[in-house]
Amino acid sequence: MSLQFILTVTLNGLTLAALYFIVASGFSLIFGLMRTVNMAHGALYMVGAYIGFAVFDPIYGSAWSSYAWPIAIVAGIVAVAVLGVVMQVVFLGWMQGQELRQALVTIGLSIIFADQLLANFGGSPFQFFAPDLLFGPVQVPGIGRYPVFRLFQVGLAIAVGVGLWLLLNKTRLGIMVRAGVDDRQMLAACGVNVPLVAATVFALGAALAGLGGVIGATAQPMALGVDARFLLISLVVVIVGGMGSIGGTALGAILIGLAEQWGQVFFPTYSVILTFVIMAAVLAIRPQGLMGRKVA
Amino acid sequence: MIMMTNRQWLMTGAVVVLLLMLPLFLPNFWLANILGRAMVYGIVALSLTFLAHYGGFISLAQTMMAGVAGYAVAMMAPTAIPLGPLAMSYGYAIPLAVLAATLTGALVGLIAVNTREIYLLMITLALAVGFSLFAQSNTQWFRGYEGIRNIVGPEVFGMPFRTHLVFYYVALITAVLMYLLVLYVVRTPFGLALQAVRDSARRTSAIGFSVALHRIGAFALAGFIAGCGGVLITFYNIGITPSSIGLWPTVAVLIMAVIGGLGHPLGAFLGALIYAVMDTFASSIIGHDRFNTLIGLVFLTIVLISPDGVWGIGKRLAGLGGGKEPITDPVAKLTAGGK
Repeated sequence: MSLQFILTVTLNGLTLAALYFIVASGFSLIFGLMRTVNMAHGALYMVGAYIGFAVFDPIYGSAWSSYAWPIAIVAGIVAVAVLGVVMQVVFLGWMQGQELRQALVTIGLSIIFADQLLANFGGSPFQFFAPDLLFGPVQVPGIGRYPVFRLFQVGLAIAVGVGLWLLLNKTRLGIMVRAGVDDRQMLAACGVNVPLVAATVFALGAALAGLGGVIGATAQPMALGVDARFLLISLVVVIVGGMGSIGGTALGAILIGLAEQWGQVFFPTYSVILTFVIMAAVLAIRPQGLMGRKVA
Repeated sequence: MIMMTNRQWLMTGAVVVLLLMLPLFLPNFWLANILGRAMVYGIVALSLTFLAHYGGFISLAQTMMAGVAGYAVAMMAPTAIPLGPLAMSYGYAIPLAVLAATLTGALVGLIAVNTREIYLLMITLALAVGFSLFAQSNTQWFRGYEGIRNIVGPEVFGMPFRTHLVFYYVALITAVLMYLLVLYVVRTPFGLALQAVRDSARRTSAIGFSVALHRIGAFALAGFIAGCGGVLITFYNIGITPSSIGLWPTVAVLIMAVIGGLGHPLGAFLGALIYAVMDTFASSIIGHDRFNTLIGLVFLTIVLISPDGVWGIGKRLAGLGGGKEPITDPVAKLTAGGK
């Protein structure tokens, strides 16, 4: 096993982890503030990709083709954020505190979303074409030629992580969000419009799923059924890393991404099991997740 | 001892006799593809209802336990295509498959032993989806995407298992036995302690019961029930594929249990019947191929309006048990109070 091979597999794992982080951080954010397990997160990922592509496809064929991709990103994010707000306001907000019921509601919604996507867009796979700037290979020391888009994925994930950290730790909204995690009632008593904060957080978390959808469908072809995969990834990353912690989500994503890639090297048809061994081990040793706070 | 009033025994007996006589009136399609199917999937849903109602666990790993039994019986079946190295007669394969599901149930219980409510839901879902992805990627034993075909089941009194009557009666008898098993177990010391654990784990452990052992035991029993259902489902589908145990089949079992009502073991079968009827006639209700939207809407409506399902609606309409019983349905309980 050459050094180049080791570096390549590791970098593959990290670029995969970047995508996982973008998607799972949205899941973790929603769970962290509202204790809502959004079982529709995988479906939102898919909605982002499909809406993005519906906008992308006609523009890509026109004279504006170089703008198609950024516009698709914005379209995916906005559409899913709006959907997230609707979910929170219409269905989830008024049953706050009933965690299981909320999870069941989001399961119901995810079935409807996935089926409506199938009805409106059909089931054929598609893929975004990245803009020229992010297309093609680039020389990476120690590895050789590597797709530049996958490096961009890592950069984007870092930007998302830093952005979320700044948002939660340095802004007024972040203060309200963190206060809401600790005591919603006290926060409301302080005059904060908690439902508005909740809707904002839900929009943000959903938007990250939408962003992940477009990014993921640029890196790999998109087909129906990925909703299950990304819901699973979000669950596992958040269980391993710890609920509601950005650092934990990043750590979980890196662990799972590396485990998936290295697992395929060492035992190809059993690599999925490695992910679950990690999950079971974390649950046994630190049930709250590697960087999670102990549940009160 | 199964605790039922005389009236309940009478009702149960009447329903069973009616179901036994149905083949005289109903066409084969209804027997096998609607009632038989509702019963075999209802058995898996029953394992969820048992865990939810008496243990307080909403487990999404029940389809996975059924899938373990299904794959195990498929790997050991003498008729399997492709034939595995473990092929043996159905007489051995079926009990071993149910045993495998029971052990899987215990393992799931062990992994999730310290978690409850929403965390349990997430972990069991992750395990379930992970298992189907594993079955899909493993070509050595699970045969990847294709799965294992031609699992026709044993002959019963010289007739092929897939004969409508044979399948219907075996499904019916198994369903009734599993239903009675649940009613029996919840009145044993184990079942009573399990309900005590559900109501207050701390107090139960303070008077000397092992909370962890009762949880694992409950999951093992649920694995046994789901395994019996899983073997029958595999015969019904004449084989097993990874997609038949993936996310949507997992959610389907949850939908059946919730639509029917988590508050009573019968709810599982009621929900499975509603699901099977809607699945069969969806095309005439909502148009071609939009079954998932329909079932999603029905599920959503039930969760929003009546979290205790059709069983709960029926109970309220009939005015039975009003105020006599404490709310023990986990979903309804969360609806009533939250955390």
